[in-house]
Amino acid sequence: MGILDSKVPKGPLANKWTQHKNDINLVNPANKRNIDIIVVGTGLAGGSAAATLAELGYNVKTFCYQDSPRRAHSIAAQGGINAAKNYQGDGDSAYRLFYDTIKGGDYRSREANVYRLAEESANIIDQCVAQGVPFAREYGGLLDNRSFGGVLVSRTFYAKGQTGQQLLLGAYAAMNRQINRGKIKAYNRHEMMDLVLVDGKARGIIARNLVTGEIERHSAHAVVLATGGYGNVFFLSTNAMGSNVMAAWRAHRRGAFFANPCFTQIHPTCIPVSGDHQSKLTLMSESLRNDGRIWVPKRIDDAIAIREGRLKPVQLKEEDRDYYLERRYPAFGNLVPRDVASRAAKERCDAGFGVNKTGEAVYLDFASAIQRYGKEEALTHGIKNPDEKEITRLGKKVIEAKYGNLFQMYEKIVDENPYETPMMIYPAVHYTMGGLWVDYNLQTTIEGCYCAGEANFSDHGANRLGASALMQGLADGYFVLPYTIGDYLSKDIRTGAIPTDLPEFEASEAAVKERLQKLMSGSGQHSVDYYHKKLGKIMWDKCGMARNAKGLQEAIVEIAALRADFWENVKIPGKADGMNQELEKAGRVADFLELGELFAKDALTRNESCGGHFREEYQTPEGEALRDDENFKFVSAWEYKGEPKDAVLHKEELVYENIELKTRSYK
Amino acid sequence: MKLNLKIWRQKDAKTKGELVDYTLKGIEGDMSFLEMLDVLNEQLINKGEEPVQFDHDCREGICGACSLQINGEPHGPDRLVTTCQLHMRKFNDGDTIVIEPFRATAFPVITDLVVDRSAFDRIQQAGGYISVNTSGNTVDANAIPINKHDADEAMDAATCIGCGACVAACKNASAMLFTSAKVSQFALLPQGRVEAVDRVQNMVRQMDLEGFGNCTNTGACEVECPKGISLKNIARMNREYLSASVKG
Amino acid sequence: MSGLTKSSIARKVVMALSGLFLVFFLLQHFIINITSVIAPDTFNEWSHFMGYNGLVQYILQPVLIAGVIVHFAMGIALEIKNNKARAIKYKQYKGSANASWMSRNMIITGLVVLAFLGLHLYDFWIHEITYKYIEVSPEDPTRYLEETVHKFEPFARTIIYVISFVLLSLHLWHGFASSFQTMGVNNKYSAGIQTFTKIYAIVIPLGFIFIALYHHFNPITH
Repeated sequence: MGILDSKVPKGPLANKWTQHKNDINLVNPANKRNIDIIVVGTGLAGGSAAATLAELGYNVKTFCYQDSPRRAHSIAAQGGINAAKNYQGDGDSAYRLFYDTIKGGDYRSREANVYRLAEESANIIDQCVAQGVPFAREYGGLLDNRSFGGVLVSRTFYAKGQTGQQLLLGAYAAMNRQINRGKIKAYNRHEMMDLVLVDGKARGIIARNLVTGEIERHSAHAVVLATGGYGNVFFLSTNAMGSNVMAAWRAHRRGAFFANPCFTQIHPTCIPVSGDHQSKLTLMSESLRNDGRIWVPKRIDDAIAIREGRLKPVQLKEEDRDYYLERRYPAFGNLVPRDVASRAAKERCDAGFGVNKTGEAVYLDFASAIQRYGKEEALTHGIKNPDEKEITRLGKKVIEAKYGNLFQMYEKIVDENPYETPMMIYPAVHYTMGGLWVDYNLQTTIEGCYCAGEANFSDHGANRLGASALMQGLADGYFVLPYTIGDYLSKDIRTGAIPTDLPEFEASEAAVKERLQKLMSGSGQHSVDYYHKKLGKIMWDKCGMARNAKGLQEAIVEIAALRADFWENVKIPGKADGMNQELEKAGRVADFLELGELFAKDALTRNESCGGHFREEYQTPEGEALRDDENFKFVSAWEYKGEPKDAVLHKEELVYENIELKTRSYK
Repeated sequence: MKLNLKIWRQKDAKTKGELVDYTLKGIEGDMSFLEMLDVLNEQLINKGEEPVQFDHDCREGICGACSLQINGEPHGPDRLVTTCQLHMRKFNDGDTIVIEPFRATAFPVITDLVVDRSAFDRIQQAGGYISVNTSGNTVDANAIPINKHDADEAMDAATCIGCGACVAACKNASAMLFTSAKVSQFALLPQGRVEAVDRVQNMVRQMDLEGFGNCTNTGACEVECPKGISLKNIARMNREYLSASVKG
Repeated sequence: MSGLTKSSIARKVVMALSGLFLVFFLLQHFIINITSVIAPDTFNEWSHFMGYNGLVQYILQPVLIAGVIVHFAMGIALEIKNNKARAIKYKQYKGSANASWMSRNMIITGLVVLAFLGLHLYDFWIHEITYKYIEVSPEDPTRYLEETVHKFEPFARTIIYVISFVLLSLHLWHGFASSFQTMGVNNKYSAGIQTFTKIYAIVIPLGFIFIALYHHFNPITH
């Protein structure tokens, strides 16, 4: 196992977590008052962790770059949150949720962590309802559920299309209660610039006040990073503009191993890029694939005619359309998992069948669903011999009731009416399964530095199932980290407050200031966005939905060159002492330029295809992913050694004691 | 399309600001309003000038970070959208667009178009929560059935994104719609009733302390709210407040 | 008084209650006045009653005066507070895009009505006080109609009355229904309240205008 000890407790899977909670050390309430904890990031994981730690009695300081914790990007999650409540009586259980998650992750996650996640899932729903989160309900007043891709039960709880928002506002409210009690001190519009280690332990951070530009020292007995994913390394993604890897990367540079950076989820149904000005991508919920049929023209000249505006999609006859998912995967059709659907869309567009002006879009067509529902409605309402117009009208009403808000959003952005003409969609970067390596206690390889939520690597393997990100963030923050961190802090009850005038703080602050100075003194050739877009293009073209050794090798070289160019020639107007959004972006892009290279290196090392990681060399004759359990059933954890190319790989072998490894098939 | 922009530029909180004219060419209808500003900023940076600073994050209409008073209206002329979801096709070639920060004494300008909306956080901290600890053994989520109508209404109130458009639109810079949305969400749910009396009094007290104006029922907030939060919530908060005052 | 003004909602409620009280008073005033057109003897009779009844004079009249003062004083205080809530104004503010002119200009319509009230008090109330307490003239239950009609002889005064009633109409148009929202009433009856408000805001001021014009064009000549 090398230097990576996952610290998974012994014993049967179902007892591990309970046993562990009984075994670990606790800190008595009086001593908690003497212990400080820093939480960086205030999304679902950070917000819930901060609130719970403060409830327990610790002194918590939270940091977020947004102007309020309520704006963390967890807020944008649409679909729902999974929980093994079995309210529908369809045979759901913690084991089933555990099994679905492991399988969905293509057998690249840690059994014990995932089982704990499944176990805690039910508590999350109880906790959130108690907080006043307005989940959708049935007429009887009980909670409603819906189903999501890749599972056989109905276990997804939701609040309209804004589940993430409501859960985040719940955690934010819990934080507010503690802020009001004085147990949390919130530092908003602050960005973590470095992690400070004293005697090898995480003892604080250096943060930049984004309003005044001041560099501040903050000390604590432990530091929790809950800073989300790094999807913005692709420039275009469904992440928020400010989402970044800086905190995690700074910790990585200080000794935290970075795990599975190449495991990225590309979501199949996003609104396509409309031009070079595009700054971000918008997701259309996965639920649309229940009723929409995905297609491109069968003949390439039709595709060209559509791109040039000479032909309208509705004019194309049924036999001239290629419903490629239904053709390739007759068993699952349009409901194949995210990674499979995304790759199939890319394959068609690469072959020249794309349908928007950039050639990177496929149709998601509701016409046949409208007809089907229309006929059903006519029948149930006793309308005899309805004409086509009547059927269409009735059908549209059903579609509107199901997806009205999404259709409205699409129309606002694209300016086309999706009831009349098929939607255009294309895959987009959405979630990163990789992140800082953590053990069972969510501690990174730096003592006292913990990592929760999307920022860590732990639970989703190589592919995340829908509605599981919210579950993991809240499980980590509400129910796991507050207990496991106590075990570590129980050794710190006599330490006393950590002074911020230690030489380690001084050195770290000096390094941060030097880095900012260096950024400000670029020669002034190109804007930060120029570099970010270039990096994004390399990543998308060579480390995107399909990767190969040659492309990855090229990417490594190109990113390293781009990084050198960036440090030499980036142009940042204004000053460092005051609000400077360009400087903020520059710091983040600088770290993406390092992460991107490690990402490519990780993808190059993993000579197999699994989940979101598809290596063109490793596929079946039919073009399906070819996993290699014999050689790659491990977590790649990278140790920082200067340049990304020098990073050292450590492997955590994955042990499956409760699940038999199988090949996923959707044919 | 070509646009004439008049944008509020202000170095920092202490410096006086002014509207500055910019001309921008080559704007497409598919761009969002913020992407139009991105184009402007890229040009300013390349000219060696300081870009226009503005708050934004998710760019999909849910985080509430983006603001901007556009031609005299928060989030611009379109309805039920935030600035990030406002598209340039709503404007015409040759238009003059005036862009100002959200104005309220309780929302001081930090720089350019960036304002400090932390007053909203403090209102929430005063009582916008239900006091329940995270124990892992609260009652089962289905132990208390909640009437679907009430749950849906609570959800409608809870969709507030805290952007501040209500304050920006109101001629009195009143924060009643924002405050009432949270008060209503909890007032409608049995979990929230326990602390209802203290909550409404504490939140209204904090709202007043922050220096927001008084509501005169003009209804501008409801019209401009990107999430369509209803004035009914204000009426509900008034009821809650009156009954809380009677109960002491 | 300080208890009533300690919070923004309490201040709103004071405005709403005093406003509703004045709306009610207006109705009562209108009913008496319209008799001057349709039943002059009744007008004299009622006017005399109002002028010499102890309950009206020593209880209701002070309450009315207090209601007027509270409504106006609070209105002005709120306007000042609201102004401070946006110390730096927008360069461009498009209020018409999201709210009615009436709702945005209550202070203007209110101040005009206040100014009118000054004239109105001078015309009638000061006159009454002078008649009763300064000159100590004898009770005369038949004088009221004639005095009233006299007032509307000058064209300018009649026009001022007409204009003031138009502004009163605009003030009522927003204020009446608005006071229900303030009191927390926003439900299935709200549409009805809105409609009633509009009818009230048109009918009552129009009625007052009719009375003023009627007397202007039908002077009493001896």
